[in-house]
Amino acid sequence: MSVPVTAYVVLAGVLFTLGALTVLLRRNAIIELMGVELMLNAVNLVLVTFSRMYGDLTGQVFAFFAIVVAAAETVVGLSIVVSVFRTRRSTSVDDLNLLKN
Amino acid sequence: MTASSLALSSGLLAAQSVVGSAAPATGAAALAWLLIAVPAASAAVLLLAGRAADPWGHWLGVLASAFSAGLGLVILTQLLGLPAADRVLGVPLWRWFGAGDLDVRLGLRLDPLSLTFVVLVTCVGFLIHLYSVAYMAHDRDRRRFFAYLNFFIAAMLTLVLGDSYIALFIGWEGVGLASYLLIGFWNTADADAPQAERFTSRENAAAAKKAFIMNRIGDVGLLLAMMACIAQVGSVAFDTVLPAAQEGGISAGWLTAIGFSLLLAACGKSAQFPLQAWLGDAMAGPTPVSALIHAATMVTAGVYLIVRSGAVFEGAPDAQLAVVVVGAITLVLGAVIGCAKDDMKKVLAASTMSQIGYMMLGAGLGPIGYAFAIFHLLTHGFFKAQLFLGAGSVMHAMSDQVNMRRFGGLRRAMKITWITMGIGWLAILGIPPFSGFWSKDRIIEAAFVGDGARPWILGTIALLGAGLTAFYMSRLFFMIFHGRPRWTTAKDIEGEVHPHESGWLMTLPLIVLSVFSLGLGGALTVGNAFVTWLEPVTGHATHGEPVLPATAIMLATLALVIVGIITAWTMYVRRDVPTVVQRANVLVEAARHDMYQDTINEAVAMRPGQGLVLAAGASDRYVVDGAVEGLAKGTAALGRLTARTESGYVRSYAGYMFGGAVLALIAVLAGRF
Repeated sequence: MSVPVTAYVVLAGVLFTLGALTVLLRRNAIIELMGVELMLNAVNLVLVTFSRMYGDLTGQVFAFFAIVVAAAETVVGLSIVVSVFRTRRSTSVDDLNLLKN
Repeated sequence: MTASSLALSSGLLAAQSVVGSAAPATGAAALAWLLIAVPAASAAVLLLAGRAADPWGHWLGVLASAFSAGLGLVILTQLLGLPAADRVLGVPLWRWFGAGDLDVRLGLRLDPLSLTFVVLVTCVGFLIHLYSVAYMAHDRDRRRFFAYLNFFIAAMLTLVLGDSYIALFIGWEGVGLASYLLIGFWNTADADAPQAERFTSRENAAAAKKAFIMNRIGDVGLLLAMMACIAQVGSVAFDTVLPAAQEGGISAGWLTAIGFSLLLAACGKSAQFPLQAWLGDAMAGPTPVSALIHAATMVTAGVYLIVRSGAVFEGAPDAQLAVVVVGAITLVLGAVIGCAKDDMKKVLAASTMSQIGYMMLGAGLGPIGYAFAIFHLLTHGFFKAQLFLGAGSVMHAMSDQVNMRRFGGLRRAMKITWITMGIGWLAILGIPPFSGFWSKDRIIEAAFVGDGARPWILGTIALLGAGLTAFYMSRLFFMIFHGRPRWTTAKDIEGEVHPHESGWLMTLPLIVLSVFSLGLGGALTVGNAFVTWLEPVTGHATHGEPVLPATAIMLATLALVIVGIITAWTMYVRRDVPTVVQRANVLVEAARHDMYQDTINEAVAMRPGQGLVLAAGASDRYVVDGAVEGLAKGTAALGRLTARTESGYVRSYAGYMFGGAVLALIAVLAGRF
């Protein structure tokens, strides 16, 4: 038996929502980065699903690129978080509002 | 004398202006642009050289005007040497500008009509330049005066020589500017000058502004006519517009509109009803200016415009009738005002207005009147210039007084002025064989031609006008030169005067002009010379039969003129003239106040205009400014509002992005279903 496409899309929707809520609601920068990863992976899932469905590799290639970019982003993001923690002893994004107005 | 022309067939409706195109000019005519360029260059030199040119500037001005007069006469001779049909020459100058299909070229058109004006303007202009050398001798700004006079000559020649309405318009505005500058010539009283002098200075400036503004009102008409021409035939050249008007290229409705616009323009420039109020005040300028600009040349430009545009008016009978009506009204109005004024120059100004009314009347009669209108314009140019110069000579002798009630008996002190002005007086009265008789009598006769009640009304008005003219001009002449002397050589409120004859520089032009006043009309009537000369422009005018016999009209005119003279004689020579103004009946009081034209203008035009300006100002301040400022304030408020959202919190920014993405998604989905 095969899992219907709807299930993948719903799962991806749930994952994306969880990721988005994490980014919007949590203060910890590291947790937020995880939320971003979650959203990216929800999108990857959709890409791969439709790629399978149409028998076309383009979606898989896109997903691959997204993974590479996400890895790079995590490296940059984490290093920023680490350097911020070193100066401010905090990883709360709400403390970082120097660019106000 | 007029019987020969009157005996011709009465096919007056068939007569049309000739609107053929011009042949290229050769010989001296090809140099016609020098007519304009030389006085213009002289004016530029005089103005740019400044005080350095003071010792010789006036002579340069005289030379420039003499050059134009000489060249004008040479070209006239050349044209006279050609067969009548070939007497229309063109001098293309350059392409001025073009836009799309519109191509505006400047050029000169030399034909009998423009050449008549060239000779009038340059010859009278030269004599007045000569006269002014002496008249303005004591003025510190004589050089500037001559610069303006030269500029005027250049502009007036542009007006009459231009081969399109736009070239005419350049000259039209140029003479308007010259007139403005010269009316207000004496507006330069210093701040520490006596009170009275500063007051006069202000008055002069106001008179100049009045003339300028009333002329601008007329100019709107010329502009409208030009725009209509471009809309209808895509050109303003006479060679295009006039044939189109004649051959039905322009609809009757548009012709009427163009005709009325041109009439408005002519009313402004020629001081015709209802734009006549400026001419009296224009006498604030130096007297030679009144002679040259405000009597002989510029103010007659309106008549030139109407005759030049003859083909338009022949296709628009309503507009043509309006020209006649305007002419008739102004002719009576000017004459009535002339009867009541005590200021010598203002009488002459009112007389000018009235005589131009005659010309307009003639021009409005169509081809049968064109030649007579221009003929009267020519003779009037000479004798009115002479009368003004005579008046200037009197002012020169009387310490610039103009109040005729303080003159009298000057004939013994100023013999030459008396005799020459007497000739001008007889000329304007229309006593044969003086020149005014030959031209005015023809217009009166032409006014009696036609069907129905029209010739009776117009003819009677023209006839009565002749009687009134005789009265007020005799009044002027008698009050100045005859009767008991009313001036004083002792101290007096009006000042002491020592009347004396003017120098030769002033009397010479007077004498030359009086020769013209004496002989010009008769000489040009021999063999119908002048009318034949104008035929290449005005067409072969077949003179219709007047409703009264021509001889009867002539005798009636002469009888009225003699009645006018006798009335003036009994009132101002037999009886003593009071030196102070007497109370008089309503009509005289009205005439003394220019028929309340200033009051009427104020009520009809100025007050509503001021109201409009006030309303426009208020709507600008409150509506337009309010809207603009409101928009600015709204934007600023919106900016302050959005600035609050820039909290610096990453999560709120992410929230906006999320919200935005959701909105975009909704928009995309909504667009799809």
